[in-house]
Amino acid sequence: MRTIVAMVMAGALGVVSIAAQKPDRSAPPALGPAPSLRLPPVQKFTLANGLPVWLVEQHEVPLVQVNLVVRTGSSADPFGAFGLASLTAAMIDEGAGGRGALDLADAFDMLGAQLGTTSSFDASSVRLSVPVARLAEALPLVADVVQRPDFPGAELERLREERLTSLLQARDNPAAIVQAAFPRLLFGPEHRYGTSPTGTAASTTTMRVEDLRSFHGAHYRPDNAALLVVGDITAADARPLLERHFGGWTVSGARPEVAAVPAARQPARRQVYLIDKPGAAQSQVRVGGIGVPRSTADYFPLLVMNTVLGGSFTSRLNTNLREKHGYAYGAGSTFDMRRTAGPFFATAGVQTDKTAEAITEFFRELNGILAPLSAEELDKARNYLALGFPRDFETTGDLARRLEELYVFDLPEEYYAEYVARVQAVTAADVARVAKAYIQPDRFAVVVVGDRSVIEAPVRALKLGTVTIVPLDEVFK
Amino acid sequence: MRRSILALFVALAALAPLQAQAPRALSVPYAEFTLANGLHVILHRDASVPTVAVNVWYHVGSGHERPGRTGFAHLFEHLMFEGSKHVPEGAFDEWLEAAGANNNGSTSSDRTNYIIDLPSNALELALFLESDRMGYLLDTMSPAVVDGQRDVVKNERRQGVENAPYGQAFIELGTMLYPEGHPYSWPTIGYMEDLTAASHQDVVDFFRMYYAPNNASLVIAGDIDLDEARRLVEKWFSEIPRGAPVPPIAPPALTLTDVARKTITDRVQLPRVYLAWHTPAQYAPGDAALDLAANLLASGKNSRLYKRLVYDMQIAQDVFAFQQSQALGSVFLVVATARPGQSLARLQEVIDEEIARLAAGPLDPRELERARTQIEASFYRSMERVGGFSGKANQLNQYYVATGMPDFFEEDLSRYRAIAPNDIQSAVSAYLPRGRRVELSVVPGDQ
Repeated sequence: MRTIVAMVMAGALGVVSIAAQKPDRSAPPALGPAPSLRLPPVQKFTLANGLPVWLVEQHEVPLVQVNLVVRTGSSADPFGAFGLASLTAAMIDEGAGGRGALDLADAFDMLGAQLGTTSSFDASSVRLSVPVARLAEALPLVADVVQRPDFPGAELERLREERLTSLLQARDNPAAIVQAAFPRLLFGPEHRYGTSPTGTAASTTTMRVEDLRSFHGAHYRPDNAALLVVGDITAADARPLLERHFGGWTVSGARPEVAAVPAARQPARRQVYLIDKPGAAQSQVRVGGIGVPRSTADYFPLLVMNTVLGGSFTSRLNTNLREKHGYAYGAGSTFDMRRTAGPFFATAGVQTDKTAEAITEFFRELNGILAPLSAEELDKARNYLALGFPRDFETTGDLARRLEELYVFDLPEEYYAEYVARVQAVTAADVARVAKAYIQPDRFAVVVVGDRSVIEAPVRALKLGTVTIVPLDEVFK
Repeated sequence: MRRSILALFVALAALAPLQAQAPRALSVPYAEFTLANGLHVILHRDASVPTVAVNVWYHVGSGHERPGRTGFAHLFEHLMFEGSKHVPEGAFDEWLEAAGANNNGSTSSDRTNYIIDLPSNALELALFLESDRMGYLLDTMSPAVVDGQRDVVKNERRQGVENAPYGQAFIELGTMLYPEGHPYSWPTIGYMEDLTAASHQDVVDFFRMYYAPNNASLVIAGDIDLDEARRLVEKWFSEIPRGAPVPPIAPPALTLTDVARKTITDRVQLPRVYLAWHTPAQYAPGDAALDLAANLLASGKNSRLYKRLVYDMQIAQDVFAFQQSQALGSVFLVVATARPGQSLARLQEVIDEEIARLAAGPLDPRELERARTQIEASFYRSMERVGGFSGKANQLNQYYVATGMPDFFEEDLSRYRAIAPNDIQSAVSAYLPRGRRVELSVVPGDQ
């Protein structure tokens, strides 16, 4: 049963002799050569209907992860129906193949399976984690959810109320407000990226069963999807099961073309937006602009640059706002990369009475990253990314998510094999070049959610640009 | 973010089910030894990815604080990253990041833990850093360093309490559940005035009292060679002197005899109700039955409270139930948020009906099997990861501290396998009485 490797307890004498020779603490110990990650091979095959399958064997724990990824997400929502992809994904497991929502949930629960249905701007995913012994029973249920959702009207009404209530609750939370306000003010209400994937109260209210059915029919199809399988199973064992439940999935007609989300233009000048949250103990601050698409050729230089700026604990933003000034519990920055350029932003929750001071420090760092980097800082960032990379491949869920990234963004098969080398190849000149190209502090939007009565005057005194007071309703409209 | 307070009531481990044809014994092979200075060390080899988790528990949490210095254990946790005699301020994080490591710490009422996840070639760096702050923290500690982290922690509190919807509720629950002076009566994040009062001398005293090797346990798990790992532990930790024995906590007796009721206001749109009961300590009889009861009540669409309040009646936006297991005694909690226009009184009525129904039985064996299957699968999922706050390294340390047996996985799971339907009924009847509990309502208004 269990193997316990008992080790003999250190005898007192032995310990004394060790303690007698104190270790040399004058410098941190030298590190040996970094280990390389042995990436397990991705086995690829195609089912009878053309549905591609990517499979990675991982036999450590008796679990299997199966992700069915559709290469269409919220970016395909028509104007006026923002939230359609998201609500479709949320509805497909609320009744499928003639089984009601409760029965379906019960069936997964009884197998010890976890099912998630979700969407992003670029994809919709059905994710199953199941003990391998129950995979054969779980797959037909997943096949129903993916291929034969029933979209019961009563379940739509229930989810609609749930979503409208969540939108109401978001107004309580300064972090949720800034998350909605920043893209809205940067991209505007008409651009798809200007509204959260879940849409608005108005679009949620008007969504009909026919809308969901037609979105599902148009995009959930074997020529627009892939099955990603990771876990305690071989391709030989998985293939017949997948063939049985997904190989017969067919749809008629051609796949509709989905127009790409248009690229947004960087604002011409810096603007400040203030949203009042009376009595707030902290201001939520977000500073940034239009970033880059996932396909950017500058991906690796940007990754390294952002790690230095705000992508790690010792990044400049966190060191400044948290460690040096104590204005915030934490600060960071992100490039949200999608098929079309998403937002870049630096962000923190800062104590109300230091809001203006904190904004000054944000700009100090955004301007500072435009100056050349020291070799030491560059090394630290590259090593942090490259040497920490293997941790992203530890669990079946981690690995399947990595495969999703490859599939959704059409990344080359050798992408992960080359990842470490490409990070290490980034030079200081590369970082300087991408900082200059993408960090444009004079054109960034500054969005602040906080107690206007305390912060407005000091923020105006910074003279960063026009200050606009934005009503909360505008953010969620 | 890192260095976070463990929420007082953390959701029961991500619930995921499993039921293999034949239950397969869970086992995490390990080696253990104790240094002469009392440091207990546990080693586990898992070479599936070339990384190592270094996990240190100090057996001190906010429950060991004294009134007037609440929040100190957590503030102290922050100071542990600020440098020690041979590690300049800032270098702890910089050296680790340059080696490809992530690190973090967390504080609960019972313990403080520190994690470093790093590539296997950098193990010795982690042991150097952990041993230096265990042995030499005070050499470089200054009032300025304390002031700096005091500001950070106050902002952590603002973010998690003052600026978070319903953020005051857990602080209220602590004072309603426990008598004054009880170690669980104050919040782990601490009161603002106590954070202001914390001094450099407090840091010195706390370190000497609690941060000695004999009050800590160290787990190293991952892609290691057991002999080499042991050699490195002996090299770096043996010189640290043993500290005085730590006196056990002597909590005052609980005094809740009937219903403690309170309503507070917060800047929220919707009212929320919290019902809380005192329940048996972690791993004590009744603890596992109440875990299962929480699952039966509020995990999944078919769970009793979710199905009635959220799915059928649609008068609640959400409902949660947890058995929050703790060393000195646990808390069972039910939380529900009303939909617009719905009253908390109605929510509470339904919650009481369902708890009464669970206590009265009979329980459908299939319903119990569903809950148990979910808990069983969560064990398997928890064994996929070595590091982090929920990986095997941390679990080995937690089991060791609570039971003396690092590889307690199978025994832990057996607790759930052994529960019969009538065990749930008796636990719910005994521990979730309607007449002895805390009822807290948070309603829209000023904070």
